[in-house]
Amino acid sequence: MANHTKSHPAHLEHHFVDSDQQFDASKMGMWVFLATEVLFFGGLFAAYIIYRAWYPELYTLASEELNTVWGAVNTVVLIGSSLTVAMAIKSAQLNQKRNIAINLGITIALACVFMVIKYFEYTHKFHLGIFPGEFYTFEGIEHPKASIFFSLYYLMTGLHGLHVIIGIGLMIWLLRRALRGDFDSEYYTPVEITGLYWHLVDVIWIFLFPLFYLID
Amino acid sequence: MATAEASSPTKKVQVRRYKPEENAEKNYLNAESGLWSWLTTKDHKRIGIMYLISLTVFFMAGGLLALGIRVELWTPAQTFIEADTYNQLFTLHGAIMIFLFLVPSVPTVLGNFFLPMQIGAKDVAFPKLNLASYYLYAAGALLMLWAIISGGVDTGWTFYTPYSTSTAGAVTWMVMGVFVIGFSSILTGVNFLVTIHKMRAPGITWGKLPLFCWSLYATSIIQILATPVLAITLALLAMERVLGIGIFDPALGGDPVLFQHFFWFYSHPAVYIMIVPGFGIVSEIVSTFSKKTVFGYWAIAMSSLAIAFIGFLVWGHHMFVSGQATLATLVFSFLTFLVGIPTGIKMFNWLATMYKGSISLKTPMLYILGFFFLFTVGGLTGIALASVAVDVHLHDTYYVVAHFHFVMVGGMVMAFMGGLYYWWPKMSGRMYNETLGKVSCLLVFLGFNVTFLPQFVMGAQGMPRRYFNYIDQFQPFHQISTVGSFILGLGFMLVFYNLVKSLYTGPKAPPNPWNSRALEWQVASPAPPHNFEHTPVIVHGPYDYHKPMADFQLGLAETNGHDPEHGANIEVDKKLEMKE
Repeated sequence: MANHTKSHPAHLEHHFVDSDQQFDASKMGMWVFLATEVLFFGGLFAAYIIYRAWYPELYTLASEELNTVWGAVNTVVLIGSSLTVAMAIKSAQLNQKRNIAINLGITIALACVFMVIKYFEYTHKFHLGIFPGEFYTFEGIEHPKASIFFSLYYLMTGLHGLHVIIGIGLMIWLLRRALRGDFDSEYYTPVEITGLYWHLVDVIWIFLFPLFYLID
Repeated sequence: MATAEASSPTKKVQVRRYKPEENAEKNYLNAESGLWSWLTTKDHKRIGIMYLISLTVFFMAGGLLALGIRVELWTPAQTFIEADTYNQLFTLHGAIMIFLFLVPSVPTVLGNFFLPMQIGAKDVAFPKLNLASYYLYAAGALLMLWAIISGGVDTGWTFYTPYSTSTAGAVTWMVMGVFVIGFSSILTGVNFLVTIHKMRAPGITWGKLPLFCWSLYATSIIQILATPVLAITLALLAMERVLGIGIFDPALGGDPVLFQHFFWFYSHPAVYIMIVPGFGIVSEIVSTFSKKTVFGYWAIAMSSLAIAFIGFLVWGHHMFVSGQATLATLVFSFLTFLVGIPTGIKMFNWLATMYKGSISLKTPMLYILGFFFLFTVGGLTGIALASVAVDVHLHDTYYVVAHFHFVMVGGMVMAFMGGLYYWWPKMSGRMYNETLGKVSCLLVFLGFNVTFLPQFVMGAQGMPRRYFNYIDQFQPFHQISTVGSFILGLGFMLVFYNLVKSLYTGPKAPPNPWNSRALEWQVASPAPPHNFEHTPVIVHGPYDYHKPMADFQLGLAETNGHDPEHGANIEVDKKLEMKE
């Protein structure tokens, strides 16, 4: 197919027939990858469920150590960032190039706010001696297995936080490309699929928040 | 040409015949040159070759370790190595063979090379991701290598807790290596799944998809859904070692059986990741060398998916003696029996495909016949192991070792060797030596049986696996097994010699040496850089040997940017083809 150079957009890779096929393939690829992510977190959620069934009273006791207000603030922040990333995609579809960059910028800012709040939550707990695993020294919870709850807390929120950081990285890359004018209504695949990823990160937090903060 | 009416589900296209070039000057091997062009290639065929070379290295390493184990077991006491070294040998043999050879083998080598060609695509959906998968694989292999150098691992490839969290050695590095390789496997799965969905050439509907692609489709689903659970399990294991989180440690309130549940939730489906692509190869070869339509196309295609699905529900059969609930044990036992059904469906359909076919016993076909014998033994002994009462007796004995090797080596490796011989002309552009090929097949088949049949007997008599010492009564069995392992090794060396030799002295391969109807054979050998210079159009099923060859070499007459929907039903206008 060497001779179909006419109407061949710059973003189209050689092995695709047309832009639609490329867009569909990328989008499906991301959806399939998200299925993998759900299973990846699923292992941790399974561990959470098992240990909660074994030590229900531990979970209620330990959950009191988590600050519901800051957890709620973070939930709002993350849901807000999901909205702005959706708006970035909409701007792309409407060919509003400037708004893509603005919305991506706000999303990055909100994601950073989330991480800053998380940082203060973590350091506060470290200060009290609430460390994961064998480094746990906190005396405030009268339960011999208290460290299990916090190990799970650190693992699950930590893995989630890692995903947030990766998301920030991806969106900085998108922002650079948006400012360069790479995206328009013809081509915005990276914005779309990063948006999908970001929604999953959001959804996972929406599960983590009640499971850890709201059970006391 | 007028298009069909808007209401019609079919689309009219103009096609003409594209005969494969006999002595094409340009192919994927000489399109670019230099090491750098290989290391940065996005061509699925070159990536397949890179995997092939890496896998060959690891297969040889794993094989040498196995020979080391067999030599050590020549005598009941110490033969030539320390017990600790022996533990490391069988751990590394298992880990290397499983994570670095069996899991990636067929998908990454033959799948990478032939999946896009079979569906008439120019590449996989995400070529860059494909290359990234290769480098993740290489990085994981390096981490594992580092683990071996910096202390070794003696846990067995299953990394069971609590031993794996308390033993010295480099378990953390090892599981990190497996973690990284897991992501390579996931990304390959994502890539293939999307490729099969979105990249099919006009006319390739789901009912005309070659069965090799169907098997890779089922495999990809397992890779995508099971591998992340292994990843998180190994991450937890690493955290347990580094931070002492106690998830798997009863002293800290955890549960070691939870590790087994997590581990087998991946690792049982993983054996289907290893074997199901092998089934795909069998379907291709059986049809090609019987010159007959595959009997029960849909039955074979769907049984792959059924195996993938049921495979997720049987992990508990590894834990019959681990203190699992009795009810769970019975349910897992029953579900395990169920796997036998789709597997049996495949077997009978392959045999029915051969029935009254004009069978030509070329090397690939011989390997597949070997596969039939060995895999049947492997599968039926699996049924024996699935029965709870029998398993309590046979658990952790050489019977399990023999069963697993019959399925993996007798099944998967035989199919892989068959596939390698079958597609070698397309990959290398050279014909291998048929006599040497047949001899190698015979040696592998004989050597394999001599190695593993005695293991069934001694396993049934109570010889536990992984033991360094054993009682004298088992010595004859062990010695026969050791002799067999060297015959087997010789057989594999002969395969290697034959294929490498063909690169230098083999006669040039014609485009379609087997007269196959499959799409990958309708282009020059070795494959052209972008697979097809035209857009292939498919009108018949991939195994319709009763239709003329010309019908399988059609392509769009002109590429005007109005390519029809991939996989759509099409109506072919062959006027132009007549003029050819």
